Amino acid sequence: MKILVSVKRVPDPYAKISPNAAGTDIHRDGLQMAVNPFDEIALEEAIRLKEAGKATEVVAVSIGGAECQEQLRTALAMGADRAILVQTDAPLDALSVAKILAAVYRREQPQLMLMGKQAIDMDENQVGQMLAAILDLPQATFASKITLEDGSAVVERETDNGIETLRIPLPAIITADLRLNEPRYVALTGIVRARSKPLETITPAELGVQPHARVRLTHVEAPPARKAGKRVSDVHELVRLLREEARVI
Amino acid sequence: MKILVLAETDGGRVSEKTLPAIAFAQQKSPDNFTVLAIGDSLQGVESLTGYGAQTVLTVNHPALAKPLAERYAPVVAHYARQLGADAIVATTTTFSRDLLARVAGLLDAPMLSDITALETTNGKLAAKRPIYSANLIGTFEVEGNPVVMTVRGPSWGKPEPKGTQSPVQAAEAPANIPTRSEWISLQGGGGGRPDLTQARVVVSGGRPLKDPETFEKYIGGLADALGGAVGATRAAVDAGIAPNELQVGQTGKTVAPELYIAVAVSGSVQHLAGMKDSKVIVAINIDPEAPIFQVADYGLVADLYQVVPELIELLKNSKG
Repeated sequence: MKILVSVKRVPDPYAKISPNAAGTDIHRDGLQMAVNPFDEIALEEAIRLKEAGKATEVVAVSIGGAECQEQLRTALAMGADRAILVQTDAPLDALSVAKILAAVYRREQPQLMLMGKQAIDMDENQVGQMLAAILDLPQATFASKITLEDGSAVVERETDNGIETLRIPLPAIITADLRLNEPRYVALTGIVRARSKPLETITPAELGVQPHARVRLTHVEAPPARKAGKRVSDVHELVRLLREEARVI
Repeated sequence: MKILVLAETDGGRVSEKTLPAIAFAQQKSPDNFTVLAIGDSLQGVESLTGYGAQTVLTVNHPALAKPLAERYAPVVAHYARQLGADAIVATTTTFSRDLLARVAGLLDAPMLSDITALETTNGKLAAKRPIYSANLIGTFEVEGNPVVMTVRGPSWGKPEPKGTQSPVQAAEAPANIPTRSEWISLQGGGGGRPDLTQARVVVSGGRPLKDPETFEKYIGGLADALGGAVGATRAAVDAGIAPNELQVGQTGKTVAPELYIAVAVSGSVQHLAGMKDSKVIVAINIDPEAPIFQVADYGLVADLYQVVPELIELLKNSKG
C-alpha cells in the first residue's frame, strides 16, 4: 500500500511572528521555517504504518518555491521513501492547493492520503476536505487514532462533542490532529540517508493544473491588545468586584 | 446577498451552536436568508424559526441520521445550487469545518474559515480572520460566487428574536447520497454542564490540577457553584487530567463567555488564542509572573487548593 503525505513549509511554531512594515504580510527576514506540525504528525503516522508492515511506500509532496525542498528533505530524513515538489511561485489558496494535490493523487494512485488537519500559518482547515470532495473519496478529519483493517480505516476523530469513531473504505483522505502521535526526532543517519533518496520536481502545468487563487491575503495586523487589570488580595475582594464592578455574577 | 445558513445538528437534534451563524445572516442579509437543517427525524427545528429566516428547510432521511460530511455535503451543495445562494455559512465548529470545506470542494467555491468581520469594498468581499494561531488578524479578499464561510461564534453573538415565525418546509434529500463512510460511536461530552462554547461562565484548569479527581473537585466544583462550563488547557488534556473536548485554545475550542476563570493556567499563546475575547477574565495562579495575568481583569496570586474551596464556599453562601 502506498501512502501519500502532503507537507507544507510554514514558519517555525516557536518563531515570533509580526506584521511587516507595510502590513501586507509577516516579517520574513531571518524567519526560521519548518514542516507544518500537523503534517509532521501525518508523516509520522504514515512511516509507522510502513514500519508495521501495513504500507509499502511513503511519498511526501509539497507545493511552493524551491526552498520547500528543505522540508521535503526533512520528510525523507524522517523516513519517507521519496518526495515530489510541485514547484510554483504563483499565489495559492486552499482550493488551488487541493486541485494540485488532486492531480498528484491521480498520478500516484495511493491507497491512502494523510495530511495535517490545518497549517499553522493560515489556520484554514480546508484542504483535506476539499481534496476529498474533488476526488470523490471518503474523509476522516481531526484523526486521533487510525487502525487499518481489510481495506478500510477505523478512525477516531476529535470533535467538539467528544471522540467520534468512523469506518471509511480505502482509498480515503485522513487529516491528522494533535494527539494522533508524537513525531520522532530525525536521526543523523536519517539525514545522511535522505540525501540519496529521490526528490522529483514538477510544475503545476505538467500536472495539467493552472493555479488561480480566489482568496488572497491583503492585510496583516496585530490584534487589539488586552490590558492587564488589577490584582486582588483575596477571594472576598474578588467576589465583591465581580458582583459590583464587573457585574458578571 | 442570499445566504444559506447551515444549522448544526448531530443528525437527531438541532444545536444552539447554529445561532451565531443566524446572527451573521441577520446582519449581512436580514431579508434574504434560508436555514437548512439536515438529519433524520430532526428535533428542535422550532428553535430556528424565530429569527426572520425566509424559510427553514429540513431534510430528513435515514442515511442522514449521523452527521457524516461525506453524506451531508451533497445535500448542502444541492440546496445551495437550487436556492442560488451567494454565501453558505455556518458557525465555526468541528461539525462545520469538516463539512463545509467539503461543500466548497463540491461547489468549486472559495472558502473563508472562522471569520470575525465581513465587508464589501469596491464590490469585493473582504473578511477578517485570525491567522498564525490568532497571533495576527488577516484581511482576505475573495472573488467568485458562491462563497463558503464559517463564522467565529463569539464575534457574531446571538441573533435578535423576530415577531414572526419562519415557515418550516420539508425538503427531499437528493438521490444517491454516498454511504461509504460509516458512523460507529461517540464517546464523551455532556456531564450535565452547559456547553463550553455557549456557557455564560467558563472555569478552566491547567496541568497543576494533578489528576482527574482533583480537576473535577476543584474546577468542576467551582464551575457548578457558578452554573458554568468546564474548560482545560492543552497540557491538562495531554496529561490525561481532562477529556479532549474540554480543551480551550488554538487546537481546541474558542470561547468568549461573560466570565472566564483560569485556575492554575499559565497563559500560553495557544491557550490565550481560545479565550482572550472573553468579557471578564479572572486568573488564579500561584506564580505571580504567569503570562495569564497580562490579560486578566482580576488576578489573584494564591494557592488554588486554598482559595478555590474558599471561593466555592463564598459563592454558595451568598447567592443573589
